[in-house]
Amino acid sequence: MPASMAPAGVEYIRFLPEIVLILAGALLMVLDVLLRKQAREIYGHISILALAAAMAAAVFAYSSPGSAFSGLLIVDGFATFFRVLVIGVGILTVLSSYRFLEREGAATGEFHALLLFSVAGQSVMVSANELIMIFIGLEISSIASYVLAGYLRDDKRANEAALKYFLLGSFATAFFLYGIAIVYGMTGTTYLNVIHTGLHGGPVAAAPVFIGVAVALMFVGLAFKVSGAPFQIWAPDVYQGAPTPVSAFLTTGSKAAAFAIFLRIFMNAFEPIARDWYPLVWGSALLSMTVGNFAALTQSNIKRLLGYSSIAHAGYVLVALTAHSQTGTAAAMFYLAAYAFMNIGAFAVVSHLSGKGERFLSVDDFAGLAVKQPGTAALLAIFLMSLIGVPLTGGFFGKFYIFKAALSSHLVWLTVLGLLNSAVAAYYYLRILVVMYMREPSEATAEVEPLSLGLRAALVIPALGTLFLGIFPAWVLDFAGKSAALVR
Amino acid sequence: MNLLDIVLAIPLVGFFVLLLVPRAAEGAIRAIALGFSLVAFLASLGLAFLYETIRPGEQFVTDVVWVTSPNIHYHVSLDGLSLWLLILATFLTPICILISWKSIRSRGKEFFAFMLLLEFGLTGVFAAQDLFLFYVFWEVSLVPMYFLIGIWGHERRIYAAVKFFLYTMAASVLMLTGIIYVYNHAGTFNYPDILAQLASGKLAFSPSQQMLLFLAFFVAFAVKVPIFPLHTWLPDAHVEAPTAGSVMLASVMLKMGTYGLARFCLPMFPSAARACAPWIVVLAIIGIIYGALVAMVQPNMKKLVAYSSVSHLGFVVLGIFSFTQNGMDGAVYQMLNHGISTGALFVLVGFLYERRHSLAIADFGGVATPAPWLSTAFMITMLASIGLPTLNNFVGEFLVLQGSARANFYWTIFASVGVILSACYMLWLYQRVFYGETPAEVRHRVFDLKPREWAAIVPLIVMMVWMGMYSQSFLPAVRKTTARILEQTQVNVEIRVQAPTAPTEVAHAR
Repeated sequence: MPASMAPAGVEYIRFLPEIVLILAGALLMVLDVLLRKQAREIYGHISILALAAAMAAAVFAYSSPGSAFSGLLIVDGFATFFRVLVIGVGILTVLSSYRFLEREGAATGEFHALLLFSVAGQSVMVSANELIMIFIGLEISSIASYVLAGYLRDDKRANEAALKYFLLGSFATAFFLYGIAIVYGMTGTTYLNVIHTGLHGGPVAAAPVFIGVAVALMFVGLAFKVSGAPFQIWAPDVYQGAPTPVSAFLTTGSKAAAFAIFLRIFMNAFEPIARDWYPLVWGSALLSMTVGNFAALTQSNIKRLLGYSSIAHAGYVLVALTAHSQTGTAAAMFYLAAYAFMNIGAFAVVSHLSGKGERFLSVDDFAGLAVKQPGTAALLAIFLMSLIGVPLTGGFFGKFYIFKAALSSHLVWLTVLGLLNSAVAAYYYLRILVVMYMREPSEATAEVEPLSLGLRAALVIPALGTLFLGIFPAWVLDFAGKSAALVR
Repeated sequence: MNLLDIVLAIPLVGFFVLLLVPRAAEGAIRAIALGFSLVAFLASLGLAFLYETIRPGEQFVTDVVWVTSPNIHYHVSLDGLSLWLLILATFLTPICILISWKSIRSRGKEFFAFMLLLEFGLTGVFAAQDLFLFYVFWEVSLVPMYFLIGIWGHERRIYAAVKFFLYTMAASVLMLTGIIYVYNHAGTFNYPDILAQLASGKLAFSPSQQMLLFLAFFVAFAVKVPIFPLHTWLPDAHVEAPTAGSVMLASVMLKMGTYGLARFCLPMFPSAARACAPWIVVLAIIGIIYGALVAMVQPNMKKLVAYSSVSHLGFVVLGIFSFTQNGMDGAVYQMLNHGISTGALFVLVGFLYERRHSLAIADFGGVATPAPWLSTAFMITMLASIGLPTLNNFVGEFLVLQGSARANFYWTIFASVGVILSACYMLWLYQRVFYGETPAEVRHRVFDLKPREWAAIVPLIVMMVWMGMYSQSFLPAVRKTTARILEQTQVNVEIRVQAPTAPTEVAHAR
């Protein structure tokens, strides 16, 4: 590769979102020292501006699609879709964290800087077209996330969450890296499309065992990142212990980015040997759905419940991956977008209700919310309906596309079991609806404060997004469908 | 945009209008809800007038693209099967709003909003001609009913609501699998188009495929009907629901199941349907007799009426799976009859509950003394439900039994037992509640019908008499469509040996 040549101007444009995010993150760290105690909300405002600028840059970069930096990065529809998604998740996270940070007395520039770095890392991940670049993006994003998970220093659960996340995460990353090393040893390259051609009847095909080991190792690393079973053990603890806005961020943005590289690696580099790896994903998909849903049935802590549900939803997306087709990829993209909306919304309500020190996190604390704050309850009802998969919500169309893709790939049993799983899941989401609508107000709802402006935005935008995806899904799906073709 | 679209849109508009009204304005909320439901009903009457009885196919068609890929259309229309069911839904909604006028004391805004949303879902189910759209309405109607039971129901309401939701949801995901499978083969959700493809032989399922698809659809519908042994959600849901919820559930929502059987299961998978008919009929007959026997021993009035529904719906299933013209006609007519008469029974039981605050039969007695008009209304409704000639149920049951006799005489013998049993449990109920000693509580608390209650019950009684005396107002339209469905079940039976016959030729041949 001609590394000595200086990158052309257009390549910087293609890298613009990451540049904006990193610069803004660095600025926040400096401001944190300079401003100290004054006007803490300014950090949030700067983050939102930076994220909005990054989103504009991501859209602008798509006007000149192509690769950058010797093909390390690629700006295509797929990358743009996920860039907009992860940056959007970042904006919603900041919006929902204003009140949270103020309440916990923890509004610093550090939080926002870490968030921006994490989003930047995710942005690199989703547009990387080469294994080392993917790894770098993954690390930038993960390390910032580890810190974010333990951001509330004095909170025991947050510390536990951060430590667990860090240790297991590093372990999984090592697996992933080991896989990369073997792939490099086998094919002599880390470029995804070159691996793709190499596996297509090249000399590598002669050593199926080694490439199988490499695929398995990378699968372990990626399954960990998306919290797919049997590598999901960390997820409920981390999602429960981390500060609520961070949990929302981890279950949506981080997961979407991880799935983006999952899709790129498996649907591009390893696509020629799909016949060999898809049983692996099949099993993981079924296991994730089943473990997630059945474990969630008995949870009483709302964050833990959403944590297990997040495992189940990863399972649904893995079904789309199992289909290993273009429609499957498009379905996965659509689902991740819908899931981002509904889950961020649900976590925002949790954060709103939990009160100082996150005291109220039991499902029973939602009792009577519909009487005290009918608007908030109605919004949460929309998110829960979407998580169940009731028609006219994004969650329903997402599931529909995924299982349609699965049936097209003749995965009849996985479809039937998956859909039955979603009926099981209805039970625990209904439990929240039941206490919210059908019980008398509890201590938590009695002293619930009015919705702050930031939270209101963090609830209304996802609700509108959920309904939009549920009523006019074509717009997003068409884009996803077109981009899914560009994966290679 | 035609009249049907307007009928469908009115409840939805009403729902959104209600959301905007401040919750303190309770009177205005009720009036708006009643107004919208009445306008929807009047507009749906227009459908009945404009409907051309001689044409068997779709009328009032609207077909516009909703989602481009996959190809989902907003495709609605009516035919003889769906026309009266849709009007049944719009007819009962204002009645349900009237009977909830006083009895809903808390959170009236949500209640009436959910009633209109429910009406939207139910009318949509009957009008949808796109499989995907059908599924959307099917699930959408589930949500308001879940809340109606769960928020405004009786003691065990939460258990009943969750059970109702999960039963239906679990069964309907199987249908969703079936729908997607059909789409992947036919390339369209457009139901008339799918039938045309089947008729022309362009789309064909192997016997095993057909059987699995049939079962996937059948289970979803069977839970909704409900067919024995999938009925266990029904007594809970009916008993725990508020009166309006019970009425809508029994009168309209159960018909979604039987409607689905006649609309989708038979024409799309005819050989599987015929192959399964014997055991389905056996289940239906078990349901008829079992429902009646269990109803007989119920100490709770609402539960008694609920189990009588299981029994009555058995007749409908029997009629559909007899594969005879009279049986089908009777089944469709019986869907309407059951909607009217069981709806009226729930309304009257609701009146009694509002007065005495009890559903236990033992708490009543001699009600005829303090409330003669109420007793008379109950008497007429009860007789209709038993199947007394000149009242509506007689016509339907007669046709069903006639049709089933033509298919297999033994079926008729066993099914007729249900008719006798229904007379037993109903008359016994009437005797215990309305005759005999009048306890002090009954004498003090139970008063006769009020004007609002008259307004709710009289239309139902008028319909019982009309449908019993002059079924010709309704049956011709039904017959045209059921004849077509029967034709479709014969067109692509088994594997074709000769050259495929075009559907029009078959129509001429008959």
